[in-house]
Amino acid sequence: MIDYIQPDYEVVRNKDLCIKCKVCVRQCANEVHQYDEKRDVLYADNSKCVNCHRCVTLCPAKALKIVKTDHCFKPSANYTTEIIKDIYRQADTGGVLLSSMGTPKDYPVYWDKMLINASQVTNPSIDPLREPMEIKTFLGRKPETVKYREDGSIEVEKFPNLELKTPIMFSAMSYGSISKNAHLSLARAAEQLGIFYNTGEGGLHEDLYKYSLNTIVQVASGRFGVHEDYLNAGQAIEIKIGQGAKPGIGGHLPGKKIGPEVSRTRMIPMGTDAISPAPHHDIYSIEDLRQLVFSLKEATNYKKPIIVKIAAVHNIAAIASGIARSGADIIAIDGIRGGTGAAPSRIRDNVGMPIELALAAVDTRLRDEGIRNNVGLVVAGSIRSSADVVKAIALGADAVYIGTPALLALGCHLCRSCHAGKCNWGIATQNPELVRRLNPDIGYKRLVNLVNAWSHEIMEMMGGMGINSIEALRGNRLMLRGIGLSEKELEILGIKHAGE
Amino acid sequence: MKRVYVNEEWCLGCHLCEYWCVFSASKETHFPFAFDGGAKPPAGIRVEDYKGINFAVNCRHCEDPLCLKGCISGALSRDESGAVCVDKTKCVGCHTCIAMCPYGAIVSGGDNMPIKKCQLCASRDHVPQCVAHCPNNAIVFEEE
Repeated sequence: MIDYIQPDYEVVRNKDLCIKCKVCVRQCANEVHQYDEKRDVLYADNSKCVNCHRCVTLCPAKALKIVKTDHCFKPSANYTTEIIKDIYRQADTGGVLLSSMGTPKDYPVYWDKMLINASQVTNPSIDPLREPMEIKTFLGRKPETVKYREDGSIEVEKFPNLELKTPIMFSAMSYGSISKNAHLSLARAAEQLGIFYNTGEGGLHEDLYKYSLNTIVQVASGRFGVHEDYLNAGQAIEIKIGQGAKPGIGGHLPGKKIGPEVSRTRMIPMGTDAISPAPHHDIYSIEDLRQLVFSLKEATNYKKPIIVKIAAVHNIAAIASGIARSGADIIAIDGIRGGTGAAPSRIRDNVGMPIELALAAVDTRLRDEGIRNNVGLVVAGSIRSSADVVKAIALGADAVYIGTPALLALGCHLCRSCHAGKCNWGIATQNPELVRRLNPDIGYKRLVNLVNAWSHEIMEMMGGMGINSIEALRGNRLMLRGIGLSEKELEILGIKHAGE
Repeated sequence: MKRVYVNEEWCLGCHLCEYWCVFSASKETHFPFAFDGGAKPPAGIRVEDYKGINFAVNCRHCEDPLCLKGCISGALSRDESGAVCVDKTKCVGCHTCIAMCPYGAIVSGGDNMPIKKCQLCASRDHVPQCVAHCPNNAIVFEEE
């Protein structure tokens, strides 16, 4: 059979620098680098290269680089190289195209089209190094009324809330889609940071129960690894309805990734495919959702907030309104640019909507209906920096989930090949040889550094605006101005244009 | 004293430590220059690979070093940091120390040539290069 597909990348080896230590050969799980003993020559098979930079990063002589090939098709703005190659691939295999991580497509990033305000002359800015600055966040239902008892003391109905030291949490990433060392790094970092990580739908490995105080456990359509101890192990339970990278479809962890430990954790036989159905088969309406919410509350003695996670889709505001009325304590919304360990490419690249629009629409709707305080609002799907966090909170979010930035901190180079299971950085793989490459001692510190750095920056930006409490930033859309946006976009985002 | 310890749980068998060790022993400042003359590891550290287990081995700088006792030319001695070091101008390459070392941590430099061993990077401000450049914290430099 003729192979129609030429490599995307080329490995360039500087022979003047290369000392033939062969670390590239040993470290490439894709077997790109080869050494010919007889000729004492190193060479590369470019067709296997996924551009993950493992070899480049570890090469002690700095003799390697990966470049995008300049081999090309006749240029066309319509039939692009990617489109042509995808057609060849499907003609080869007859299969659905798979990809990983967030969509690379050029959808508008509204974070980059919003500018943050700062104080000048007429109101003082605040220096967070010298003055108190509160970014502690409580997630969950808030009391609607305060009653005064006869003696003047206050009576408040309290609901279970999550307490975060900073309004950032680690997104749901299942054990199975990522390695145990990656999970362990997230758990340890969450513990040190006073925030939460999320088990994803793969259950909770027995070694990770000790991080219970910083764990959110997920219940998804496959119900993998769900049992009473699991539900009680987390501080909150998240019902996963959808994911930004693949709204409307379920998940599929291939049998080859279900080794003994994943099998035990997920409570499924070894080597069987773990298939999460597209819908929860017991949820066909908001009323059904309410039943599951209250079943989970019942199972955990009404002590834990219930999160409902949905993907941002067209009627997101109405759906969120329904969820807020279902008894859920927190709504998590995931936008189209969110990551995944594996998703059909066409779904990932075409279904859903940017999180910024979904967030603004939901926050507006919940406020209009007077039920915004019934729920906490968490957003996900490409929160890339502290500025994105500040803008999200100003648009109305209580907190954010970060997935891709957390993985980047752990060494991910966004080669978007997670679905191949051969992650050279020990993150999206279950191969023990590769998993070992991620030492949680290093990993958790890098995560702590990242979130601490963002927290400092959030406080700096808040101080600049003259705001000393995250509560005063939440939903404060006057702190945002659009740049280069249409009237309609400004209307949906609920912000004014710069200069207005 | 601080010694170099290896945790096989995190050793990837990438062998980078061996190359940084060769670099450390050279007087070069630019990494690739250390290998111009065809220098090859192992020198002071050697990674053992066996059925998926990898483990870097280097000199333990023993309390009571047998190599030092066996040295016929007085080439081996302790420096002020406690490291067992070799004076290459005195070593005659008799390999007695290699035979005596219970850890197999001393490497031949060739017949009648000075031996190679870990000197805890005395020439690099006592910052062991194998530790500094281990990509996975598998090699640490600490008190026992």
